[in-house]
Amino acid sequence: MMVPAPLLAIDGLSARLRAPPHRPLLRSVCLDVREGEVHGLVGESGAGKSTIGKAVLGILPRAIEPCGGTIRLSGTDLLGLSPARLDAVLGTEIALIPQDPMTALNPSRRIFDQLTDGLRLKRRLRGQALRDKAVALLQDVQIPDPEAVLRRYPHEISGGMRQRILIAAAFSLDPKLIIADEPTTALDVTVQKEVLRLIRKMQRSHGTGVVFVTHDLGVVAQVCDRLTVLYGGMVVEQGETAAILAAPSHPYTRALLDATPRHDRTGSGMRPIPPQVAAALQAELARYGMGPGAHV
Amino acid sequence: MVERALPEAAVMATPLAEPAIARRRFAGLLAVFREPRVVFAGGFLLVLLLAAIFAPLVAPHDPLEQDLMLNTLPPAWSADAEPGYVLGTDSLGRDVLSRLIYGTRVAFTVAIVAALAAGLIGTLLGLLSGYFGGWVDAVVSRLIDIWMAFPPVLLSILLVAVIGTGVTSVILAIVVIDWTRFCRVVRSETLQQAKMEYVDAAVTLGTGRGKILLKEVLPNVLPVVVVLLSLEMGIAVIVEAVLSFVGLSVSSDTPTWGGMIAEGRQIIYQAWWVLVFPLVLLTATVLAFNQLGDGVRRLTDPVLRR
Repeated sequence: MMVPAPLLAIDGLSARLRAPPHRPLLRSVCLDVREGEVHGLVGESGAGKSTIGKAVLGILPRAIEPCGGTIRLSGTDLLGLSPARLDAVLGTEIALIPQDPMTALNPSRRIFDQLTDGLRLKRRLRGQALRDKAVALLQDVQIPDPEAVLRRYPHEISGGMRQRILIAAAFSLDPKLIIADEPTTALDVTVQKEVLRLIRKMQRSHGTGVVFVTHDLGVVAQVCDRLTVLYGGMVVEQGETAAILAAPSHPYTRALLDATPRHDRTGSGMRPIPPQVAAALQAELARYGMGPGAHV
Repeated sequence: MVERALPEAAVMATPLAEPAIARRRFAGLLAVFREPRVVFAGGFLLVLLLAAIFAPLVAPHDPLEQDLMLNTLPPAWSADAEPGYVLGTDSLGRDVLSRLIYGTRVAFTVAIVAALAAGLIGTLLGLLSGYFGGWVDAVVSRLIDIWMAFPPVLLSILLVAVIGTGVTSVILAIVVIDWTRFCRVVRSETLQQAKMEYVDAAVTLGTGRGKILLKEVLPNVLPVVVVLLSLEMGIAVIVEAVLSFVGLSVSSDTPTWGGMIAEGRQIIYQAWWVLVFPLVLLTATVLAFNQLGDGVRRLTDPVLRR
């Protein structure tokens, strides 16, 4: 079988805090996302999963600076683009599904205006064409009575519906790549399942590559084709989701899996990451800290 | 993992029926009348504003007309009051009520123009400083720190003394001093807004920074600015009164509350009303501006809103 060329190729990406002593946040992260693939980024808080997503989108907080490596989208290095060229790529080729549907929609703007920002800015759509497109987008994400929803303000609709609107907005410009930054974390479990199914469906029908950031291995099992496990800004394991979840080779992945509560395995409960695994990882990081990561 | 199929409709929240939305929007408008602070303070200020605009029609006498035969007449309810002089006359026989009404003109002109101008400058600098950060923020923030180190009343007296008296100078002095109030608050609000995910989302669409500031940030900062405007109008009324009290506001032949207080102070034992009425009106006006601001804040603050 021929391996298709990667859509997104992150190669040796490092990032650190801008302020001295430049604490490293990402250490030579490498990962590929193929066209039409959902790639999971998993790790505990602070592992750097969101930092990778933000680096791809060019929305790293001011305090963080990339300090090495490349992020190539279909061959173009995003880190080397001028702001104007990057603005052209953003939205049309990469889009974001944000984490918290409560803060991701502006409370003072109507749904229609927020949903169609991209279409107006990048496709120059106006008037009836824009309205028709907006209705079609909401129908795609299975929102009943789209005409009425478009006239609402965010506080007038439910969290699940907001997340659907954000998904519709992300797909509105038919991007090649979507960064989904913990898109279901803020939702309750039933809505979560619907939203996951929706992202999967939209992604398949559009043939979009997705970087799926999450800390929930249950979610990963449901939606991700491949998977990268991060710890302390470092890739500890990478590969096919099914293979990794069935037989994790790195002790950290194994510990992470063990820490996931499962109802088919009674009595296991929550277990912390074993101290010897944590110690080994810390030692690995420390060794790395002496290497290129700390000084780039 | 147990896969349990839920019917689509059960998971998706049913949208509110259209009439319900319409009713809620209407209720939002009516809510203004359920906030007593806004009704009473706003009503009082509206009456004063109308009196100021239509002063020549409302005032019973010419505020400058002197009649030494009728000097220091007591208010209407005293035994030796003269009909037609409701709040009495001052030492030159000028009608206190008419002078109060004309004094409202200066007070409100200064309050409205100065607050709007200070609000405009402060909001603009606050937005830029909070959103762009870096050296812009450093410059604006240090400027505010320096500004805050000056005692405001002394600075305004100094300013007016240097640039000369008159309504324009008074307004200028207030704007120059009080833009920092707006700037500090708007800056911190903007910092909060800039962290919101919808700002990130706009950036990932490739939206220009100016557009983000205008469309995503400004509308959410505006309620605070409106509240500050109301408070600032109260402050402007005080500053104007202080400046006219020390004779640095408009020329002495234009009636002002501060000027009346200064004159009344000299004859407090012979005619208390010349001092007390402008003082009461001044206090009530400032209180009304503050209450109006508080009421608007309660209306726009979702936590305080019932």
